[in-house]
Amino acid sequence: MSGPGFGLAISVFLACAVEAVEALTIVLAVGTTRSWRSAFIGVGAATAVLAVVTLALGPALTALPLSALRVVVGGLLLIFGLQWLRKAILRASGLKALHDEEAAFEHETAAARAAGRVDRSFDAYSFAISFKGVLLEGLEVVFIVLTFGANQHRIPLAAVAAAVALLVVVAAGIAVRAPLARVPENALKFGVGVMLTSFGIFWGAEGAGAHWPGGDAALLAIIPATLAFALMLVAALRGPRTSARDEDRATEAVRA
Amino acid sequence: MKRVEALLRFIWDFVTGDDWRIAAGVVLALGATSLASNGGNAVWWILPLAVAMLLALSVWAARRSR
Repeated sequence: MSGPGFGLAISVFLACAVEAVEALTIVLAVGTTRSWRSAFIGVGAATAVLAVVTLALGPALTALPLSALRVVVGGLLLIFGLQWLRKAILRASGLKALHDEEAAFEHETAAARAAGRVDRSFDAYSFAISFKGVLLEGLEVVFIVLTFGANQHRIPLAAVAAAVALLVVVAAGIAVRAPLARVPENALKFGVGVMLTSFGIFWGAEGAGAHWPGGDAALLAIIPATLAFALMLVAALRGPRTSARDEDRATEAVRA
Repeated sequence: MKRVEALLRFIWDFVTGDDWRIAAGVVLALGATSLASNGGNAVWWILPLAVAMLLALSVWAARRSR
């Protein structure tokens, strides 16, 4: 597998894994509290909608001329990547609470219990919450799969990476029968944010007419530079002084 | 009508996320790169510089608001 192909597979796998962990927490909460059957129908309906979105947008993206495709793909990757990175930086620097799957599970469970009587034949609450959770978490993955995949003409590779991540998360969920609280979500989001932003910079600039010094090898400089800049921001936000020790602390905070 | 409004709001929120200035800045930076590249200049540095500034400004604004 080539370098960009490997980057594609890893980025899509990690992005999908993070979103799948969050969706799993929601489905587990309504499934265990109210109705597994209705929750699964919600998951199936959301998956069908995501498939339709993929089938509708995929061919439209791949039909674009290469330079236009790279501007669109680069722009979307930058917009999503910077959102992920911004959130991960704020969490790593202590300005935003870390995402806690156990707390999210308890919150969803309490809301499900408070939602009233469970309809044995079809529980609309379980359906709606599962549908919404899977659709919202999955939509971003669809965009990442399509943008990465379309630009490299490797949508099947991106789709396989996403499917493997989904299977791994679902298998882990079945095995532990609880929210996957030990998954280092912020570190994953940080990594995905760095990758999406780096590829977005590379393809966006190329699509807009720029020529990178060194061609494709420029990515080998862009990815570590983006990571170093993001870690520097974490260190700067955590305190007034930035030093080597602060950088080490920032790295540890990202891993947390 | 309300459903269309709700759908448009969802799309806006989905694209802009927590800080709409990031999306606006990315569009402006891509436009600036495209315009500057017409003269045959080396313009690869515009986007990374813009991204660094956007990210720093956005997290700093978030810090100030807390």
